[in-house]
Amino acid sequence: MSDRLKTSFAGIAFKNPVVLASGTCGFGRELNEYFDIERLGGLCSKGLLEHPVAGNDGIRIWETASGIMNSVGLENPGIDAFVEKDLNWINGKDLVNIVNLGGHSMEDYISGAEKLNKVQLDLVELNISCPNVKAGGMNFGTKTEVAREIVREIRGICKHKLVVKLSPNAENIVSLAGMCEEEGADGVSLTNTFLGMAIDLKKKAPVFHNVYAGLSGPAIKPIALRMVHQVAHSVSIPVMGLGGITTWQDAVEFIMAGATVIQVGTATFMKPDISMDIIEGMEKYLEENGYESIDEIRGII
Amino acid sequence: MSKILENRSLGQDFFLMRVEHDNNAHMGQFYMLRAWKYFPVLSRPISVYDADEKSVSFLYKVVGQGTELLSKLKAGDEITLDGAHGNGFPEAEGKKRIALVGGGVGIAPLYLAAKTYKKAEPQAQVDIYLGFSGEPILIEEFQNAADKLTVNVGGFVTDDIDPTAYDMIVTCGPTIMMKVLYEKCVRVGYRHPLYVSMENRMACGIGACLVCTCKTSKGNRKVCKDGPVFPGSEVFGNE
Repeated sequence: MSDRLKTSFAGIAFKNPVVLASGTCGFGRELNEYFDIERLGGLCSKGLLEHPVAGNDGIRIWETASGIMNSVGLENPGIDAFVEKDLNWINGKDLVNIVNLGGHSMEDYISGAEKLNKVQLDLVELNISCPNVKAGGMNFGTKTEVAREIVREIRGICKHKLVVKLSPNAENIVSLAGMCEEEGADGVSLTNTFLGMAIDLKKKAPVFHNVYAGLSGPAIKPIALRMVHQVAHSVSIPVMGLGGITTWQDAVEFIMAGATVIQVGTATFMKPDISMDIIEGMEKYLEENGYESIDEIRGII
Repeated sequence: MSKILENRSLGQDFFLMRVEHDNNAHMGQFYMLRAWKYFPVLSRPISVYDADEKSVSFLYKVVGQGTELLSKLKAGDEITLDGAHGNGFPEAEGKKRIALVGGGVGIAPLYLAAKTYKKAEPQAQVDIYLGFSGEPILIEEFQNAADKLTVNVGGFVTDDIDPTAYDMIVTCGPTIMMKVLYEKCVRVGYRHPLYVSMENRMACGIGACLVCTCKTSKGNRKVCKDGPVFPGSEVFGNE
């Protein structure tokens, strides 16, 4: 590997712009059995709350045309268990350690952020966009002024660099991103899953207990790409782009649309080491087209 | 990629696929199967029916898009096997009277289990109980692997077994069947281990995504990694 893929996000050095998306890679241990996770630019942890959460009942995954819907509901072991079992391990790896912080209420976000202040990590990704929890999550992330309260509060508390993960279900994602910049976020990541629905014809009932669930995968890529393009051209903080990225071509499109780094999520379920194919493909593309750095193609569209 | 050696219909939407694949698969484990590039998005978790060091066999039923695609494959076609995953069935460890109880496509992992138990404990009595809603399949194979085979068509296979005759019971099939068996074991005062092999929809298959969570008396368990085999009391004990 050359240095072509090296880049910087909010002052943090990434060896390449490929990050695994929250919820699709656990805390990195399982995928490390398939490839050396130090080859990644970074990894976003499974969404954590201050306390453990059992998650949703019923079916949690459903396949759709070119995508999947999930309804996990923030199942997580709690920050203490993560710190005890996994944090040192991931900090010992040479990649950007991004910890995803979720919540059901303002109190959850505050207690989680305070707890994360006591540990070492590279970046906090504040998840105000999970569609699968009835109280909180996306409810905080759809209206700019409601989201502002959370982002302002957590920005005030959090001593780490802070990226806010945005919901594509927002009333106005450009204004949401602008708000994050105004409140001092170091960056934004978008998009989380799109709120969708599936119906079981045999049971004449919704597939999911929560009725609605989050759609991800190639099906959402064109919409996510459009949103990343709009946001990247309207804010001056860096953008992490995600939404259905499956191939190196998808990744290059998101960079050209303005993303500084990209996240790979659902595609990991197709092939555990698909992120390695994406890194290799991006490197080759830059080399073959005479670019010395990924930074040369960022936002050219 | 691995080469398919055989993929034959057994009728009733059941298929048996044998794949050339170096492995050390244990009874009760499963593989993530994939014979396509991007779509369907997810690979399919299928349990091991039989295995030797050079090949693995899968008994599966066509129930959707993925298994439909699998059923179209021919000898010589390529398939990706990712595994073997999961904990698998526990060893016999000196048990002398073992019952294996399966329903529908849940009979799949019991064939290798019977062979493995019989090999480890040649003196043990290994009985198999199979329940089918339609025409039974693989009867000769199961007969050869068992000391006694009981087949139930259209009824409840759980009616056929006297749990007190055994010192270990292993079951795989519809959740309701396994639950009824667990309740029968409790009712008749069966005091030995009952192991249930759970099924769930999976995405990663390796314990990273938490979509196959099974809520147990010991908290949430990942069917793919902590299971698929659990003590029956953990799954059904506190309902």
